[in-house]
Amino acid sequence: MNDPASVNDWLRTMLFLPPQASTMAESIDHLHMLVILTTMAGSAAVGLMAVFFVIKYRHKGPQKAERDRAPTTPPRVEWALALGLFGLFFGLWVIGFMQFVRLRVAPPDSYDIYVTAKQWMWKFAYQEGAHSITTLYVPAGRPVKLIMTSRDVIHSFYVPDFRIKEDVIPGRYTTLWFEVKEPGVHDILCAEYCGTNHSTMRGQVVALDAADFARFLGRGLDRTATAAPFRQEPEVATSLGPSAPMSLVRLGQQVAAQQGCLRCHTLDGTPHIGPTWAGLWGATVPLKGGGRVLVDEAYLTESMMDPMARIRDGYQPVMPTYLGRLRPAETAALIELIKSLAEVRGQEPMQATLPHADETMPAGAIGQPPPQPAQPLLQHAPAPPGEPAAASQGLPPPGAVVMPAPAGHVTVGPNGPVAPNGPVGGAPPPGQPPPLVEEAP
Amino acid sequence: MSPPETALVAPAAADEPEIDPLPSLDDGPDYLRAGKGVASWLNTRDHKRIALLFYGAVLCTFMLGGVFALALRTELLTPGRTIMDATTYNRMFTLHGITMVWLFLIPSIPNVFGNFILPIQLGARDLAFPKLNLISFYVFVIGALVILGGMFAGGADTGWTFYTPYADSSPTRVVPVVTGVFIVGISTIFTGLNFIVTVHKLRAPGMRWSSIPLFTWAIYGVSIIMVVATPVLGMALALVGLDHGLGLGIFDPAVGGDPVLFQHIFWFYSHPAVYIMILPAMGVISEVVPTFAHRRPASYTAIAVSTIGIAVVGFLTWGHHMFSAGISELDAGFFGVLSMFVAVFSAIKVFTWTLTLRRGQVKLNAPMLYFFAFLFLFVFGGMTGVALATQSLDLHWTDTYFVVAHFHFIMVGGSVTAFLAGAHYWFPKMFGKIYNERFATVGAIAVFIGFCLTFVPQFLLGNMGMPRRYYSYPERFQWLHVLSTGGAFLLGGALLLALGNLLWALKWGPHAPANPWDSRSYEWLTTSPPPPHNFRVTPTLGYDPYDYSLTEEEAREKARAR
Repeated sequence: MNDPASVNDWLRTMLFLPPQASTMAESIDHLHMLVILTTMAGSAAVGLMAVFFVIKYRHKGPQKAERDRAPTTPPRVEWALALGLFGLFFGLWVIGFMQFVRLRVAPPDSYDIYVTAKQWMWKFAYQEGAHSITTLYVPAGRPVKLIMTSRDVIHSFYVPDFRIKEDVIPGRYTTLWFEVKEPGVHDILCAEYCGTNHSTMRGQVVALDAADFARFLGRGLDRTATAAPFRQEPEVATSLGPSAPMSLVRLGQQVAAQQGCLRCHTLDGTPHIGPTWAGLWGATVPLKGGGRVLVDEAYLTESMMDPMARIRDGYQPVMPTYLGRLRPAETAALIELIKSLAEVRGQEPMQATLPHADETMPAGAIGQPPPQPAQPLLQHAPAPPGEPAAASQGLPPPGAVVMPAPAGHVTVGPNGPVAPNGPVGGAPPPGQPPPLVEEAP
Repeated sequence: MSPPETALVAPAAADEPEIDPLPSLDDGPDYLRAGKGVASWLNTRDHKRIALLFYGAVLCTFMLGGVFALALRTELLTPGRTIMDATTYNRMFTLHGITMVWLFLIPSIPNVFGNFILPIQLGARDLAFPKLNLISFYVFVIGALVILGGMFAGGADTGWTFYTPYADSSPTRVVPVVTGVFIVGISTIFTGLNFIVTVHKLRAPGMRWSSIPLFTWAIYGVSIIMVVATPVLGMALALVGLDHGLGLGIFDPAVGGDPVLFQHIFWFYSHPAVYIMILPAMGVISEVVPTFAHRRPASYTAIAVSTIGIAVVGFLTWGHHMFSAGISELDAGFFGVLSMFVAVFSAIKVFTWTLTLRRGQVKLNAPMLYFFAFLFLFVFGGMTGVALATQSLDLHWTDTYFVVAHFHFIMVGGSVTAFLAGAHYWFPKMFGKIYNERFATVGAIAVFIGFCLTFVPQFLLGNMGMPRRYYSYPERFQWLHVLSTGGAFLLGGALLLALGNLLWALKWGPHAPANPWDSRSYEWLTTSPPPPHNFRVTPTLGYDPYDYSLTEEEAREKARAR
């Protein structure tokens, strides 16, 4: 057991690879080592063969034409070499592809953080309402999914210690996930050239243990006076006050009311002009003109920005575009709102009272029905990532944190939805530290 | 055609009665002396003279690009500011990339050696469209001047890739630069078209497709890519220009455009463009190796087929530049596996060259030394390409110095090394002089060492996670940057030494015989330098150009060359 680890460390040092801070880093590095060693062996073998031939067949004396009549190397040697190489490359590709899929598809129970990039800084928004600039706080030992967009040009979110990189593109969302093994600090680098100060667009990932992370979220909520609010224009600051922080779900409710989304979309499954948002997230819906689409961040964003692109079957193409009317944070908030309604089943009466209070997920929601089927078939197979740890620390599971009151309770008032102030399902109300934090070591 | 032709032929015609009917080929003015004065050069239709015009032009742009590279490397000596500010740095790497890609690498081997050698290898009197060839040169010069003019009038800071939407909104002079590249693209298409028609229509009597020399095969393959891919580049750049100049917004998401669409279009050209740069290099190597091994290639068919294979598959791999740009996992998988095919085709060539040495009579002249450098660097660089096409690894490496090192291994270690091999190999043919072998050997070894010192540290930087196009960087990267900069200056010096050696030979070198390397390839049948129309009498080229069982006299006899 000790030996492979030291070989791993030795090779990692020889190849100048950074620390393997994420759960995926080590297996990626193993493929890296295999590929690089093969590369070096291959080029050395070809080089040595050439040198050997030169020494053996070095020209001496006058040219002898007859010598050439000796047969050339038979083509089957080349065929065998080429086939063998293709087998080798194909094998590398298979391993790389499988890793790639695991790297790209987040486990369903990941903790989501919204990332907005702009020239030349990173902004991070957490579901509980906290946010940070330049420094990304994540819980260690738990999968974290970043849902990223850019406000201006293409950037790329790169953490060398995690071996991950994903472009951050204006006008669409890209995602990326990782699980940090242990608390620590890691560099974030922008890897897509984005203008004059590209090279200074750096940040840090600070991985905290569960208790510290909960404390950070709590402090983030407390620190309202210094943190920049999502919305700075006074006319949209609404009744919550200009600097009150709010969870993304609540912000989403507010945006939905202000932008008139709720004139056509309902939150409780009632049929209306547009598709209801209840139970919409993660569903696969039929499209007008054939085909089906999975409702995920990408489809929702497209539907907001380019509603005519893919119309859901059975609905009229009447929705206006919200391109330029919604900011990235607002789009994210709407998506979070729709996500939070994923478990709300349609056709429930408006006046139902707290029908879901018991259904909201218990801590450690492993057995829950597939809440985010965005990744069918491609899940990270050995996947108990961090959930027990989070549960033992008393943290609510990620889904539960953002579960709002069931849709039946949302009544839309003139100032936006009057929803219960805090998320249900075990999360503390904002403004208070999570109750179990104090118990943490 | 007639007036210029008579102008060119006139001096030769004057000498015509002097020509001995016996094969004493040294009389009569060669193409270098067939016309006098600047006008006879600037207005020439002779493919060989146009090749030399391109030669001069691309050497200028190569030196310019090299100076930019050294400026970049000097700036990177320290983590902060060394000699220039961030904006200048960003313009400088854009300038370096554009100059090297479009003004040097793409035109270098095709327009210089292809232009010069291809018609001779086919036994043709000239290219199919001599005037188009001259126009291609002037279009190239105009494009280059527009690019450099735009660069010096403010410059662009987009990188040579012009990624949108940054290129849409960059405050710099994007429009003249993309216009210049567009114009250069027109020149590329002209040249490619000319080569294709020439190969199809102007082969000497007796020449079958299976006896076309391998260099010409490579240039033919590359011409197909040029003609098919370059219009796509023109389209992409025209749209970027319109986006930037008129705010059209094709690629600008703020008005409904799609920035990633640009990447698809751009790489649809720019990935095959990599093969525009490397295939001719492979062609040069495929000539050099049989000549200096005095040996038939281990498999002519393997080289010719893999040339065309690379040209075709190269069009289906563009997505491997975009694994981190949000393309689907499935797409990424397809692009990954298709990229592996290119590696297999390249490997077939590598095996063939290496096996060609077996049972040969290997002479280690400078072109052969460059071949060995090429072999090692290309294999290593190519296999790091396989590594990069392995998707999960690419996520760590893409847009880091690993990629920078990888493509410099292919572009500099491959193309530039092969360019130098060709420059030495065909030097006697082109100028009728012999270069100094000793200095050339020192130059070749120094180029190899300088190159390794420059780019091996960059692989390690990439592994450490150093992103490309960084003006400032964390201090832990510095010592590798210092090594790399040192290597860059050594490489620059070595290149100057090689160039100086050739220039010296141009003036003071001894006269070259028609076939100083005892090669059987067709271009060595004619005199060094060749007469204005390549052969006094059109040769019959029905025999194998790599048949080293023939003596030189037998080959001449078969070709009925005079």
